[in-house]
Amino acid sequence: MPDGAARLDAAFAGAGRPLFIPYVMGGFPNPDASLACARALAPHADVLELGIPFSDPLADGPTIQAAGQEALDRGVRPDDVIEIAGALDGGPPVVLMSYVNVLLAAGPRAFLERAARAGVAGVVVPDLPVDEAGDIRDAAGRAGVALVPLVAPTTAAARLAAVGRAAQGFVYCVAVTGVTGGEVAVDAELRAFLGRARANIDAPLAVGFGVRTPGQAAAIGEIADGVVIASQLIRLVEQAQDLATAQRSLEGFAADVAVALGAAPTPA
Amino acid sequence: MSELRERFGEYGGRFVPETVIGALDELSEAYRGLADDPAFRAEFEGLLSRYVGRPTPLYRARGLERSSGAPCIYLKREDLCHTGAHKINNALGQVLLASRMGKRRIIAETGAGQHGVATATAAALAGLECCVYMGREDMRRQRLNVVRMRMLGAEVRPVDTGTGTLKHATSEAIRDWVTNVGATHYVIGSAVGPAPYPEIVADLQSVIGDEAREQVLAEDGRLPAAVIACVGGGSNAIGTFRAFLGDDEVALVGVEAAGEGVDTGRHGASLGHGRPGVLHGSYSYLLQDDDGQVVEAHSVSAGLDYPGVGPEHSALRDAGRVRYVSATDEEALRAFTWCARAEGIIPALESAHALAFVAREGAELGARGALLVCLSGRGDKDVDAAAAALGIDA
Ligand SMILES: Cc1ncc(COP(=O)(O)O)c(C=O)c1O
Repeated sequence: MPDGAARLDAAFAGAGRPLFIPYVMGGFPNPDASLACARALAPHADVLELGIPFSDPLADGPTIQAAGQEALDRGVRPDDVIEIAGALDGGPPVVLMSYVNVLLAAGPRAFLERAARAGVAGVVVPDLPVDEAGDIRDAAGRAGVALVPLVAPTTAAARLAAVGRAAQGFVYCVAVTGVTGGEVAVDAELRAFLGRARANIDAPLAVGFGVRTPGQAAAIGEIADGVVIASQLIRLVEQAQDLATAQRSLEGFAADVAVALGAAPTPA
Repeated sequence: MSELRERFGEYGGRFVPETVIGALDELSEAYRGLADDPAFRAEFEGLLSRYVGRPTPLYRARGLERSSGAPCIYLKREDLCHTGAHKINNALGQVLLASRMGKRRIIAETGAGQHGVATATAAALAGLECCVYMGREDMRRQRLNVVRMRMLGAEVRPVDTGTGTLKHATSEAIRDWVTNVGATHYVIGSAVGPAPYPEIVADLQSVIGDEAREQVLAEDGRLPAAVIACVGGGSNAIGTFRAFLGDDEVALVGVEAAGEGVDTGRHGASLGHGRPGVLHGSYSYLLQDDDGQVVEAHSVSAGLDYPGVGPEHSALRDAGRVRYVSATDEEALRAFTWCARAEGIIPALESAHALAFVAREGAELGARGALLVCLSGRGDKDVDAAAAALGIDA
């Protein structure tokens, strides 16, 4: 299998429109259901982001915190999530989202090799700034997994360039000054941030944090190469009476977002 | 001032969301600029002496000597600081710094409430808005300090996640900072967190050891045999130890919370029984499971009820320069009563852990010379919890 960065590059290069990157919390509400949710999203997803639950998720607001804690309370472990990634192999490339201590506890090399064997294309580590990433970036490189860095509206231009040089796959642009689960404003400030990122970074730019609606996704699609939606999808799962309803609701929402981003509508 | 230390051996660093990296750089820059600024130093030192009450006394605890068998025990009386603990040394320094940086809003986390009270106090003095995150369980067991913070004009935001203790309050404070980073300064309460916080907090707390070293030398003409402090995040301990790190003949002892016993899994002894990992922005010893999930700590003392510890302590542990031991809830409660009865001083439950070590090993260690104990705070905040545990009625 080509390495993760190459698969992500191909996904961005081949689409001809902004990518839709939905997020699923691995193991929420339970491992089987999270796999079923990911499968409901997959037909409309260009890349899938799969979260590993962590006890102290500093970059996450209440929705993702609670989903992760529910998974942990059920005994979900990082390897269970890697197994879910393995079950999704063959669909859109999977990017794991994990806090750094989970990688450190397993040993970055062992963790990333296991992820690579499960077909994982990349990892996003929200508490691993580029200056701390050395060892993990090396281990990711050897395992053939892309280490996808993040930048924020507060990131200075010189740092944007440094992140861009280290980036693999794409760069995750945090749309808000804040944690996940808020609501993005697609305004002059966000446009200016994406402008700075574009001027300093060659890699594709995906925007996430606070994106809730297909309309917001479409507006972001005008200035970015990909849109991540996370907390809103968890809310849909929480609101559903049962798993079948959750799957239908995710599928419908994902189809709307994909069309908003310019994908050809799929017959129902 | 030269570059602030970001690593202590392999420990420390900045494992935080990208959003606050710029603010950490700005903080380093501002602290380095102001640490040597004569006007800032004059303002800060003036307040330390006339507002906080520094230097705090070095007190010869003859009552503790009689009942412990240690011939000479000195207490460094941080309990006599304004607001009742060493926490004000750091909070005041950081709030003045934030004020000079043009920040309008101050946030903090608190466990025992002492850091929250100190920060609310400094914010009131500086005329800044203040919001303190505190776990629901800690609000219950440190009720007095919740009332004090509110009286001082601070907003106290309850944190309901997990066990409602210091770890969760710290996570919420960091999330607030990530969201409001422009106009907000986060006054972290211990020598923990991403660089440059551990260095700034240790530097601001070094006044404890600098004073104590001079005071002991003035009394005895020689250095103490041992220096002892309790370790939560490790700010009173590092502030006391730093002045003695180069004195190889001085034994340094940090006392962690053994809670219900280190074998029960219900304790806060990260250095004694944890493994290195990342919590709240730095790489350091940590209570965690095999998957890297952070485990809940436990201690009768809210200020030691924390699964992490400052990175400098991790380096000192590995280097063998400081010996880290622990005292159980029961030992701490016994030492609490001991100090109250033998000295007429009601210590904070945190500080009582350091005294518990003196009760256990003081006679042996004291045979070589004086014991210097950091009495990090007073126990007013603990009277409800201690009375319940000790079965004392009003
Ligand atoms: C009186 C007192 N001592 C000690 C501590 C523990 O903190 P540190 O280890 O940072 O000194 C606290 C924390 O709340 C405290 O209130």
